[in-house]
Amino acid sequence: MMFRVKLFAVARQRIGRDQLEIELPSAATVRHLRGALAEQFPPLADVLAHARIAVNSEYAADSTPITASAELALIPPVSGG
Amino acid sequence: MIELTQQPIDSASLLASVASNDAGAVVLFLGKTREHTHGRRTASLDYECYPEMAEKKLAELEAEARRRWPLVGCAIVHRLGRLELGETSIAIAVSSPHRQVAFEASKWLIDTIKEVVPIWKCENWADGTSEWVHPGMN
Repeated sequence: MMFRVKLFAVARQRIGRDQLEIELPSAATVRHLRGALAEQFPPLADVLAHARIAVNSEYAADSTPITASAELALIPPVSGG
Repeated sequence: MIELTQQPIDSASLLASVASNDAGAVVLFLGKTREHTHGRRTASLDYECYPEMAEKKLAELEAEARRRWPLVGCAIVHRLGRLELGETSIAIAVSSPHRQVAFEASKWLIDTIKEVVPIWKCENWADGTSEWVHPGMN
C-alpha cells in the first residue's frame, strides 16, 4: 500500500519536496516506516535517527500500527519558540 | 486562546485578552529574534510549522496548563514566516489570581512548547548561509 509522508525543515530541504510517497506492507507499523524511509531515502538517515514520527498529528511509538487512512509526518527535532 | 500567524504579534492586545478583575497577576513572555548565537550573527529567521499538528499541540498545552494551575486567562501566539532581528516569534500571556501561578505556568508553557510543538526555525546567517535548527542534531 502507498503512503504519503509529510516532510518539514531539514527533511523537506534534503528531499526537495514537502512530502514523499512510500510503499509499505499491510499491517505495517511505525517501525516498518522508519526502516523503509532509511532504506529508500538515504539523505534522511541521520534525520531519522533523531526524528519522531507523527500519525494523525500525534507522536507515535515504533509499535503503532499504520492504517490506510493515516496521515504520516516526519518530525525532526523542533525549534519553535 | 492559541494562534499561528504570519502577521507581527501585538502583545498589547494579547495582554488585554487575559485581563480580568479576578487576575491579580499577569505574566507576558516574548521570544525575540536574537542577533548573536554562539558567536555567529543572524540576519533573519524563517519559521515553518506542521499547521494541523502545531495547532492541536498548542491547544493541548493550553488545556494542560489550565488543568495544572488555576489560570484566569491563557493566550499563546506563534509567528510564522520571515522574522527580522528584534521581532517577536512567540508571545505567551498568562493571568491568575496570584503571581506564583502565572510565573510557573508561563515558564512551563514556553519550555514545553520548545519540546513538543512541530514548529521549526531556519537561521539565515549574516554571512549568507542558512541552516535549519534541530536541537541535538546540528
